[in-house]
Amino acid sequence: MKEKVLMKGNEAIAEAAILAGCRHYFGYPITPQTEVAAYMAKKMPKIGGTFLQAESEIAAINMVYGVASTGKPSMTSSSSPGISLKCEGISYLAGADLPALIVDVQRGGPGLGGIQPSQSDYFLATRGPGHGDFHVLVFAPASVQEMADLTGRALHLAWKYRMPAMLLADGTMGQMMEPVELPEEHEAFGTDNPWAAVGTGMKRPHNIINSLELSPERLEEKNVERFERYAEIEKNECAWEEYRMEDAEICIVSYGITARISRNAIVAARAEGIKVGMIRPITLWPFPAEPLLAAADKVDSFLCVELNMGQMKDDLELAIRCRKPVDLCYRVGGMIPTSDEVLDHIRALAEGGR
Amino acid sequence: MARLTFKEELCKGCGLCVAACPKHILELSNTHLNQKGYAPVKLMKPEECIGCAACATMCPDCVITVER
Amino acid sequence: MIVFEKPKALADVPFHYCPGCTHGIIHRLVAEAIDELGVEGKTIGIAPVGCSVLAYNYFACDMIEASHGRAPAVATGVKRALPESVVFTYQGDGDLASIGLCETVSTAARGENITVIFINNAIYGMTGGQMAPTSLIGQVTQTSPYGRDPASQGYPIKVCELLATLDAPAYLERVTVNNVKNVRIAKRAIKKAFQNQVEGKGFSLVEVLSTCPTNWGMTPQKALEWIDEAMIPEYPLGVYRDKEA
Repeated sequence: MKEKVLMKGNEAIAEAAILAGCRHYFGYPITPQTEVAAYMAKKMPKIGGTFLQAESEIAAINMVYGVASTGKPSMTSSSSPGISLKCEGISYLAGADLPALIVDVQRGGPGLGGIQPSQSDYFLATRGPGHGDFHVLVFAPASVQEMADLTGRALHLAWKYRMPAMLLADGTMGQMMEPVELPEEHEAFGTDNPWAAVGTGMKRPHNIINSLELSPERLEEKNVERFERYAEIEKNECAWEEYRMEDAEICIVSYGITARISRNAIVAARAEGIKVGMIRPITLWPFPAEPLLAAADKVDSFLCVELNMGQMKDDLELAIRCRKPVDLCYRVGGMIPTSDEVLDHIRALAEGGR
Repeated sequence: MARLTFKEELCKGCGLCVAACPKHILELSNTHLNQKGYAPVKLMKPEECIGCAACATMCPDCVITVER
Repeated sequence: MIVFEKPKALADVPFHYCPGCTHGIIHRLVAEAIDELGVEGKTIGIAPVGCSVLAYNYFACDMIEASHGRAPAVATGVKRALPESVVFTYQGDGDLASIGLCETVSTAARGENITVIFINNAIYGMTGGQMAPTSLIGQVTQTSPYGRDPASQGYPIKVCELLATLDAPAYLERVTVNNVKNVRIAKRAIKKAFQNQVEGKGFSLVEVLSTCPTNWGMTPQKALEWIDEAMIPEYPLGVYRDKEA
């Protein structure tokens, strides 16, 4: 087994992106993700890569758009208010069918909000962060190990499907230190990009990277084509983890930091004889609706645990077609539930009292 | 001997070439319109053209090719 | 012998610009510079949002369409990814001096080794003639129907003068294309701005005073004269920075 190193979540993202072949990072300082930029600032110059502190989040995402136009992997990272600013650029990336990695280490909002952890960008990320009809791939890591693994996976799938991917972490995951087994150096993306703007070399007609289409017929076609690709992704790329679901009567659905807390609550509830398990979405878009619908036939109720006012609860109810009741356990504004708070919810559900 | 050729279908009849010509030998047609519906430029006295390319220099639509 | 024809770096696509709009002349000058330096195969152009949004169809080199005002940031990404390429942006006054001013100043301040062609026609053309950051005092537009009033609408932004306060830019020049002589001067400036990049000299920007006969409400010829009468007094032509000189 490979040696493990102790790393912060934010640093694991940076190192994993480099190991996956990303050599261009653009960012703007914002708490709680600045370690990504600091790591890149140290490392990129030594490996012939680019670290550039952009003048704004908007500039950073457009620099990413520039690199992506050349077919090379690039990334930016930010936290919630900064992601709002990047949304225009993400929409253009989606409209021009360009791959890129955007990391959102979420903090409480709306507005300037706070600097403590949150999951309140769930809607923003999963509905398509920006104007227009589109999606980005959304990954929700629940450990420093996953911060590293999903960074590589996000880059890989962004290139496979030519679309932006978002790593949706939170302030806790970003700041947490854990031993992590770093992936081997690998190329997570294609190097043959006939669509890229790299200069014609006077050997082919010019390539145009563009999201403008003034013909409504053709713009409709492009949208429909994109959604056909999305359907493929929904079929092939959903990822989730099931925990103690074999005999569960209550199914917790949670991702990221709240999934870890829920896990502790499940252990405690099981010790009390309550049959509770968890389905943890690893991809939030595509949303793992299939295993949830299957679970709806077996369990009595669901408990959604989130650091927002129940944004994923909507997706969960849609996924299970409202066949079973869904309860919500939440804290917001940078507050995090204790495992006892989650346990109280589990107990109440077990007693049928909620 | 200078020779001008015009890609008439590109001409929008703006007249910048007409004003730029030092010999005053260009005019916008008053007899026909091109496919776009503009009155295109025409050379009135080809024999007086000195091939200075002032017309082509001021043309915003790359209508004019100049040979000398 | 052909002494003047459409440059090779322009694709065989007719311009959509209004009759007499000098965008077409400036496109041609950019293409002539690319041809004469022999760099078409390694050139990547960035189109803006505005009248020249469709510039990506007109240049024969690889092209990227940027969001409004962000062309210099996109160009930065491209140049960092492909340092050997020749990267230019082509931007109007709304794009470069209003919504994208932050990117313009920051890219210039970094001395990014790119070429910026800045079209100043003192108005928003594509959206139908609204006030631009470069509209003149008293200029009547759709959104300054009583004339631009500095008391509420401020003063024109002078991009070359503004950028000349920075240390990094290698070359800043303001030119125009309102007569044959000025077109030739503009051509020399644009070619130099590309040559500088090829030689690794850093950020070069050429501001071109351009016409908008349609939205100025003038004949194309009268619009050329208005550049002399109204624009040049506000925007003096000349070199604002040349590190070589």
